[in-house]
Amino acid sequence: MAKHATPLLDQLESGPWPSWVSDIKQEAETRAKNVKGIDYQIPVDVCEDLLGLMELTYVQKRTHWKHGGIVGVFGYGGGVIGRYCDQPQQFPGVAHFHTVRVSQPGGKYYSTKYLKDICTLWELRGSGLTNMHGSTGDIIFIGTTTPQLEEIFFELTHNLNQDLGGSGSNLRTPSDCIGSSRCEYACYDTQALCYAMTMDYQDELHRPAFPYKFKFKFDGCPNCCVASIARSDMSFIGTWKDDIRIDQKAVQAYIGGELKPNAGAHSGRDWGKFDIAKEVLNLCPTKCMRMDGAKLVIDNRECTRCMHCINAMPRALRIGKDTGLSILVGAKAPILDGAQMGSLLVPFIKVEEPYDEIKAVIEGVWDWWMEEGKNRERLGELIKRQGFQKLLEVTNIEAMPQHVQEPRHNPYIFWREDEVEGGFEREITEFRKYHQR
Amino acid sequence: MDKEAGKTAIVEYLTKKAKSKSKFYLKDFYEVIPEEKPRDVKNLVNEMVRDGTLEYWSSGSTTMIGLKGTGKQAAAEDEA
Repeated sequence: MAKHATPLLDQLESGPWPSWVSDIKQEAETRAKNVKGIDYQIPVDVCEDLLGLMELTYVQKRTHWKHGGIVGVFGYGGGVIGRYCDQPQQFPGVAHFHTVRVSQPGGKYYSTKYLKDICTLWELRGSGLTNMHGSTGDIIFIGTTTPQLEEIFFELTHNLNQDLGGSGSNLRTPSDCIGSSRCEYACYDTQALCYAMTMDYQDELHRPAFPYKFKFKFDGCPNCCVASIARSDMSFIGTWKDDIRIDQKAVQAYIGGELKPNAGAHSGRDWGKFDIAKEVLNLCPTKCMRMDGAKLVIDNRECTRCMHCINAMPRALRIGKDTGLSILVGAKAPILDGAQMGSLLVPFIKVEEPYDEIKAVIEGVWDWWMEEGKNRERLGELIKRQGFQKLLEVTNIEAMPQHVQEPRHNPYIFWREDEVEGGFEREITEFRKYHQR
Repeated sequence: MDKEAGKTAIVEYLTKKAKSKSKFYLKDFYEVIPEEKPRDVKNLVNEMVRDGTLEYWSSGSTTMIGLKGTGKQAAAEDEA
């Protein structure tokens, strides 16, 4: 018999999808039975009280969480988010229900031992509930009490070789795709760069440094598997400068049906014979591909690295050899000013240790944002407020054609007065001789 | 401005404001010692948290900073 009746939550379980209600009930049952004989350090019925509180929220249509607080671990200004319930007498198990953000491993590579270890720790010292992963990429431990925070931090850092992630007005946990470890599309070693930036900017990651949150994401190619272009204030997207490598024999093999398009993905139903014109050439956003008889020709100058053709025919087309990354800035989710995608700041930069060129761009952007950004203003909003031209100035990057999305669309490239002969002042009486007011 | 003078100015500012406000954005501290660069102010504020003069408050998305012990404290969070 459940501690609290939850008819509204129960109804949610009837849908076709896996249900978080079922998951919490499962954990509640596991804790109640305690087959492993765990010496639970927070109330055993935390999950049951959580369900009870959620039911009350649904009944009353009002939240019972008090979000935020001064809790944390010593020396860190992020990684722990305080949460309290405003009905502690009724639901004592969730009176304190703090969140802990744990930095995810590069490329989200886990060993089963690692997963077991963090789960064992969290069962002992927390609710056992996790979110794998949060929007930024971290492993999220949901629900523990204040006295457990330092214990968890000690265990993570001393015994599991694991750090907390970022929260608050900090650099958030940098996140990367699997990169060249397993993916032939990777234009640079995302994990090496992500790790280096994580280590170099430890202070910004663990202690508040900025007007608001700041996210880095590292994508090895424009497929953007970690969605850097949409979700990070500064995204690092792999790209190449030279030509797409074409294996004409393999192109014919796709046309002839010997090779399956998209490496056999979408094969759940019969889409008919592969049609290169319909499925690849005509879908190219810049129309830079054509068949010249039996030969596939690409006008690489016009290619925008959309990756569609490479994804469709991975055995026939490969990324170029002269690889590096593009830096885009200002993406964010819709909080104040609507969702924004990243804007291209650096079209191409080589990825070479110790990454000084990349760090110079990062720090130029940070200095400007720290100085000029309003409280709770994301970088993308500052760029909109002060102009992309200002960003180019502070980062010492010359305006170039790649900065223009399309003609007359984003005309932020202006002349400055000192660049114009004679300046902007004019002799008004001379002007009025020829032009009436 | 030397570090100790900066710390004193910050404590004085926060104490003066303590009646109306207990938590401040990092940016508010830039105005207390305007001659210092934001990065140096940030480092100073974080040092003051380490030495126990100030404390962080975090909503999860934004961090605010106040004098240690002012405003609502963790022990009182589950009180009405």
